[in-house]
Amino acid sequence: MGEDIRKITLIGGTTKSGDKETIERLEIHKGDIITLVGPTGSGKSELLSDIEQLARGDTPSNRAVILNDGELNRWGRQMVAQLSQAMNFVLDMPVEDFLELHASSRGTSNNPVIEEVMGLTNSLSGEPIDARDNITSLSGGQSRALMIADIAVISDAPVVLIDEIENAGINRLMALEILSAKGKIVIVASHDPLIILMAQKRIVMHNGGMFKVLERNKQEGEILKKLIVMDNELSALRDTLRRGGSAGIAGAAVNCRVQAHEADGGDH
Amino acid sequence: MKFVTVAGPPSSGKTAVLIHTIRHLLEDGTKVVVGKIDCLGTNDGEKYQKLGIPVIVGLSGDICPDHFYVPNLEVIFNWAKEKSAHIAILETAGLCHRCAPAIKGCLAISVVDNLSNIDVPQKIGPMLSTADIVVITKGDIVSQAEREVYRRKMELINPGAEILEVNGLTGKGSLLLKTSIMQAADVDTITGRELRSSMPACVCSYCTGEKRIGKSFQLGYIKKIEATETKGGGG
Repeated sequence: MGEDIRKITLIGGTTKSGDKETIERLEIHKGDIITLVGPTGSGKSELLSDIEQLARGDTPSNRAVILNDGELNRWGRQMVAQLSQAMNFVLDMPVEDFLELHASSRGTSNNPVIEEVMGLTNSLSGEPIDARDNITSLSGGQSRALMIADIAVISDAPVVLIDEIENAGINRLMALEILSAKGKIVIVASHDPLIILMAQKRIVMHNGGMFKVLERNKQEGEILKKLIVMDNELSALRDTLRRGGSAGIAGAAVNCRVQAHEADGGDH
Repeated sequence: MKFVTVAGPPSSGKTAVLIHTIRHLLEDGTKVVVGKIDCLGTNDGEKYQKLGIPVIVGLSGDICPDHFYVPNLEVIFNWAKEKSAHIAILETAGLCHRCAPAIKGCLAISVVDNLSNIDVPQKIGPMLSTADIVVITKGDIVSQAEREVYRRKMELINPGAEILEVNGLTGKGSLLLKTSIMQAADVDTITGRELRSSMPACVCSYCTGEKRIGKSFQLGYIKKIEATETKGGGG
């Protein structure tokens, strides 16, 4: 939609103490997933905010953010989609009406889009939702799943800025995959090892500045594989326990396997 | 001098947005003064004073704050000129939503928030449709979808307006607002200029302090509801 975003260039500014940022220049390309890491207060949200505002040395960080080769000096309409933990749905209406309202506001009103969002939502969320459910009655995890699917399908912005995808019983890995599909640029501030290592590249924030850029190394790649297994086990365990089942251990302690239990009819 | 009016429903974030924006203006060395019109009481004046700028507060008391606003425009304009301001910002009370304070030839800003009912844009019609800039606040706490739907509603009501999203807490977006304010035309005088939307007729006995209910106490411009039931109104 609209102009193509091929790359975002970050030009380093200053840290909170006024020193030059260690990273002087960083290019983020179409299709990249970048994570921002660092303790609270290290400047992750500020960096997201600089990108959102297309800072040009005029924000507290003195950073500049350049789109493509500088031919765009403002984000076009609906080029950036955002997701943060603080976001909630406030409109009071059934999910399908809501999606239709959103789709029609973007001039893409049709049923396949709504079905696609519902399908993605339900594959992300452990607890399926019905299109006729009221949007304000959804659980935290269901809302988050719906927001992510909606951003991926209906908003379809070329740049997605995320301030933490919390572990609210949704498949975070699939969420990132869905969001980064179609060559988007996805930038995620996170404290979650799984999310951090999902990205090939991460920016380490320190004292308000971009301190260094790390690429995921081989060992971290192995750790990621383990984390994915652990995360799947954790999800399965959560599901089993929530449905009234019992869990057991087979083999080594790490190899925790969850015994399927047919306490209820199952959702799928 | 640029003369800027700011309108918007109560608690939409007018003052918060302005404080961040004025900070940016002051950093550039721009001289800013603020007028605040309210009804019964406000501590917004003190919030602006903390920025170290001249502030004038007008309380309308018994009078409709918008009717109070118009006759005082010259007073505020002339005061701002005396203070040799580059920019005078006038924040209005924004109460009943019947009126819009926008003035022809002067930059008009309206502030609305993402939390309000989806039908609010229709309810506050002129305030939105006469604005040059519509600022939408509280985008950090609603979904991307709602921000987009809301923005679209604004575009439909006021296709010509510049729409800016500003966070009143962090000030995110206020830089763009500053830039737009700096692009506004300078005006030499306010006298003889026109409002973009008319004020309500407002000369009945209750305007002048009458409290008693009943036909015999009602003098002046009185309009009655036609006592016919709205369709679909139940039993």
